[in-house]
Amino acid sequence: MKRSTVLGALALVLVASGCGGQSRPSSAAPGGTVTVLAAASLTESFTQLGKDFERANPGTHVTFSFGGSSTLAQQITAGAPADVFASASPANMKQVTDAGLAAGEPYTFARNQLVIAVAKGNPKRITGLADLTGPDVKVALCARAVPCGAATTKALDAAAVKLTPVTLEQDVKAALSKVRLGEVDAALVYRTDARAAAADVDGVEFPESAKAVNDYPIVALTKGSNPTGATAFVAYVRSQPAAAVLAGAGFQRP
Amino acid sequence: MTGRTPLALAVPAAVGLAFLVLPLVGLLARTPWSDLPARLAAPGVVEALRLSLGTATAATVVSVVLGVPLAWLLARRAFPGRRLVRALVTLPLVLPPVVGGVALLLVFGRRGLLGGWLESAFGITVPFTTTAVVLAETFVAMPFLVISVEGALRAANARYEEAAATLGATPWMAFRRVTLPLVAPGVAAGAVLCWARALGEFGATITFAGNFPGRTQTMPLAVYLALESDPAAAIVLSLLLLAVSVAILAGLRERWMSTP
Repeated sequence: MKRSTVLGALALVLVASGCGGQSRPSSAAPGGTVTVLAAASLTESFTQLGKDFERANPGTHVTFSFGGSSTLAQQITAGAPADVFASASPANMKQVTDAGLAAGEPYTFARNQLVIAVAKGNPKRITGLADLTGPDVKVALCARAVPCGAATTKALDAAAVKLTPVTLEQDVKAALSKVRLGEVDAALVYRTDARAAAADVDGVEFPESAKAVNDYPIVALTKGSNPTGATAFVAYVRSQPAAAVLAGAGFQRP
Repeated sequence: MTGRTPLALAVPAAVGLAFLVLPLVGLLARTPWSDLPARLAAPGVVEALRLSLGTATAATVVSVVLGVPLAWLLARRAFPGRRLVRALVTLPLVLPPVVGGVALLLVFGRRGLLGGWLESAFGITVPFTTTAVVLAETFVAMPFLVISVEGALRAANARYEEAAATLGATPWMAFRRVTLPLVAPGVAAGAVLCWARALGEFGATITFAGNFPGRTQTMPLAVYLALESDPAAAIVLSLLLLAVSVAILAGLRERWMSTP
């Protein structure tokens, strides 16, 4: 699922950055197109922030490419034209900063925790991680290589729960969609993802998730075509109105 | 073939070949040769390769068993709606594989058209099993076989079958003794295409069958996930899949196809 969206988004990024380069303003006011690569779990909140930012800065256009943080980090180090990177994990951010592509220090703007996503109404009566080990409970987890999978491993270790999932999904949205389609009974996803899908799923909180908190760093990139816009967007994400949007989506303040 | 090769053909042919081969060169250039053996011995690699080869072969067998009769029907029998049927057969070729995976879930999933019934009547659940991998691969690969075999059937002269019929052969016997040997190279070519497509299948598999080592994690899925954390491992896995498939295809070609 992600491969095609990433490719599509990359095409968009290529087109958008072309436009951005042409319409770059000479003054300090942001304008043109700001291309933002952001973690999949930021899809809903950043789409909203992008609209708010455009309204606050007329003439500015924000283009997003949402995907797995590790994929995005690789695209950036491979030279994908982008102005801002918002990662779901400091490790993937480090790949970008180590490559010398970050303009300044990354700033942690949000934190996220895991919840157990279950079908609406919680038909299997799942109340904690231990309930996921039952033989008639099918569970989807994120693969260990992606941030939500790393957090999952930490949470399961903290709870001393061993469970065998039916599938290890390539990102958090894919794990969630297996619950929404009814193919699994539960998935460990971020609280924000469960909240965004509140029409189809309930999010069951569990205490061990506090042991596996995910930090979300953001940074402007050096190789972007719109540095003014990038700085302005990062500043906007750190602002009070943006914090309210993020909190509404279920993120915690760092 | 004698005479000089026209430049108008040689130049685009060379460019085409370079375009197809260059990505492979890129892969080879970035391969971490020094720790290649250690990486190939990493846990899960052999498992994923065996699963890939097994499921692709199973998908090819299913495709031959179902696809050859389908191709025969399309090539030899006039029936209303034949053009529509032919278009439907090629549908998986244009459908993005991920969409194919979602569609398979909507049929065979727990809440799918058939899946719910399969589970309540027989206790069978298809998604997240190796069977699901074979189904996903068959779905995307069978059209390649049907198209090749139908093309071969159309090229083969139907008069041999008619002659067999006048000599008293039943249609089934004519198909078995005359038609099938006549189009055997076409079936073989189609089966190879089908197998290759099944081996590389990614989108429908990860959507419909999920990803679990040893059960549904085929090589392309392992490559994709390795790319998330360890690009060097992804390159090694890609290279392994490539080498094994090229070796098998070349071996089969020698054995089956007496290329003119």
